[in-house]
Amino acid sequence: MTSTGTTHLLTDVRPLGADPVDVRIEGATIVAIGAPGTLDADGARVLPGAGRVLLPGLVDLHTHLREPGREDAETVATGSAAAARGGFTAVHAMANTDPVADTAGVVEQVWHLGRDTGLVDVFPVGAVTVGLRGERLAELGAMADSAAAVRVFSDDGRCVSDAVLMRRALEYVKAFDGVIAQHAQEPRLTADAQMNEGALSGRLGLRGWPAVAEEAIIARDVLLAEHVGSRLHVCHVSTAGSVEIIRWAKSRGIDVTAEVTPHHLLLTEDLAASYDPVFKVNPPLRREHDVQAVREALADGTIDIVATDHAPHPVEDKECEWNVAAFGMLGLEQALAVVIETMVAPGLLDWAGVADRMAIAPARIGRRAGHGRPIAVGEPANLVLVDPQARGPVDPAASSSRSRNNPYAGRDLPAPVVATFLRGRPTVLDGSLAAPLAASRP
Amino acid sequence: MNRHLLSAADLTHDDAVLVLDTARELAAVSGRAVKKLPTLRGRTVVNLFFEDSTRTRISFEAAAKRLSADVINFSAKGSSVSKGESLKDTALTLQAMGADAVVIRHSASGAPHRLAHSGWISAAVVNAGDGTHEHPTQALLDAYTMREHLADGAGDLAGRRVTIVGDVLHSRVARSNVLLLHTLGAHVTLVAPPTLLPVGVATWPCEVSYDLDAPLPASDALMMLRVQRERMDAAFFPSEREYARRYGLDARRAALLPEHAIVMHPGPMNRGMEITAEVADGPRSVIVEQVTNGVSIRMAVLYLLLGGAEPA
Repeated sequence: MTSTGTTHLLTDVRPLGADPVDVRIEGATIVAIGAPGTLDADGARVLPGAGRVLLPGLVDLHTHLREPGREDAETVATGSAAAARGGFTAVHAMANTDPVADTAGVVEQVWHLGRDTGLVDVFPVGAVTVGLRGERLAELGAMADSAAAVRVFSDDGRCVSDAVLMRRALEYVKAFDGVIAQHAQEPRLTADAQMNEGALSGRLGLRGWPAVAEEAIIARDVLLAEHVGSRLHVCHVSTAGSVEIIRWAKSRGIDVTAEVTPHHLLLTEDLAASYDPVFKVNPPLRREHDVQAVREALADGTIDIVATDHAPHPVEDKECEWNVAAFGMLGLEQALAVVIETMVAPGLLDWAGVADRMAIAPARIGRRAGHGRPIAVGEPANLVLVDPQARGPVDPAASSSRSRNNPYAGRDLPAPVVATFLRGRPTVLDGSLAAPLAASRP
Repeated sequence: MNRHLLSAADLTHDDAVLVLDTARELAAVSGRAVKKLPTLRGRTVVNLFFEDSTRTRISFEAAAKRLSADVINFSAKGSSVSKGESLKDTALTLQAMGADAVVIRHSASGAPHRLAHSGWISAAVVNAGDGTHEHPTQALLDAYTMREHLADGAGDLAGRRVTIVGDVLHSRVARSNVLLLHTLGAHVTLVAPPTLLPVGVATWPCEVSYDLDAPLPASDALMMLRVQRERMDAAFFPSEREYARRYGLDARRAALLPEHAIVMHPGPMNRGMEITAEVADGPRSVIVEQVTNGVSIRMAVLYLLLGGAEPA
């Protein structure tokens, strides 16, 4: 009997790095966990785990899928494929599409595209303000009540810089347990900014993006969140000063969460000296001192999660002069690799910690009850099988993303994702998509 | 010498002195009735100017022509570039035409670096000014001018004191000058209001002063930078008059300089803003000489990058 896709037996796998077990998956659910060799293999496709690590499927709170509008950079389908190959079972699609995801219609369209692709759950993020223009609130309630059931709202790419508008947004989403994910960037301090402001930007003649432009907004927003008793999430924290402010806010009991990107865990501003725009990103790569601070903050929980800020761009938007190039870099396929390299290998985070920072906590912040679950009988089989030893040079051409702006190109990194399961169905096996991506829709 | 000249930091002490010495020999050509050497016959030099700068372009053009190179002027303003052609496509076009050297002027910092290192083109690349980054041939011609007046036209500038005044933040001339003058052993003092100094200037190999009068009595050379009046609108300084009072060079300040000191300006000048007409046209001014020396320096750079490593 052929039961591929319905029943799987993962043998000799280590859940969150613990002792080896066998895990039996039927349909969408984990039905049995037992000592190696003790479970019934009947009717199941057996996948030898060879002592590899089993984690809950990863959840990204910050992904740019570019559809609708920039299908030349990415589509929901290609982005979903990249996500699955990165070990993700859910992504949150940012709102800065064209048209902007600021209505129930657009978020439902993205949600349906995600369902049709079926490689990861695509949860649309709704815009906070109409057209991301920072002038008036979008219909947040309509997006929350839509089929997409939006809970995360963000003008990402732009800061909700108006203090009154930010206050109202924080207050308003309390009605449906939403969260405002703020792109913290004081716009006047960063007009035409190109890279981290410091000695290097002065030498390179590139306009500086000062740390204070991020920190000042975070300081304001945590105080606003405290004042109105609402929930704030800080996108892509990049500076040591931001970490200090968030640590202080948490010590006061303010309901704030924060994310760090893989690139801010690994890369520094020194790469800008190449003037290669593949390293141009917003917020910019910072100093070694900041990299150390965000790693420590992720380890101690001051920063709650890793989020990719996966930002695909077509070749022509990066193969040009630095100051006309687009901001952003790919992240889905190397996110876990970077976390292993920067956090697990140096002993800053164990596998339970990785599961928390990349699956459990992001699902909790996004209010997605079906993800970030324990690996236990009766739980949904959203899983990723990880080989911590595998590694090799990153080849951008091998990506499932439609874009190639990969800042890790040629870098020797872990290549950990062996298999990904979305509700019991393998989306990735042996590191490759389990089934080829359907041809693009007309 | 490196294959390209992108930054004044590309030049070692010996490289820099070699360029100055070569320029001095080539300067003799400019004094002849027939101002031409056959050195670069058959080689093609492209002046690729994405930004208007007639002064720098004709200086490079004259330099290349005096070395008998074929010169193509590609003024990207008003050409295909303004219709959206990328730097890459322009580079591939120049490559297809067989350019041996590309002299590039661009409003984007790092554009010459991209051109040299992206594999689009095999020509030698000379940075003729990129954004707020660098302008290495300007620094070389400035050093040449100083050496003629302060070091008998030989060796380096060890121990000489150079004060550079003005909009350092936006100045590619200041960046290249600080790097090159340091390489040549000079002591540099930058003078500007704090708003017009970049963050991190304390890490540069120079002194910084917010006061112009103090360093003048010990200065061998004083370089005034152009200050665009529009900077006032972005709150870098309150008014044109206040800037001129605090950081402008007038006759009173010029009198604080030692007898032998020279006054320089990379041009074009804002007379009445950073420098008064009286000083600009006065006996200490070597501003016109700088222009003359620019041609010799650019001949030397093209010669050394394309011709050979030995002095002419």
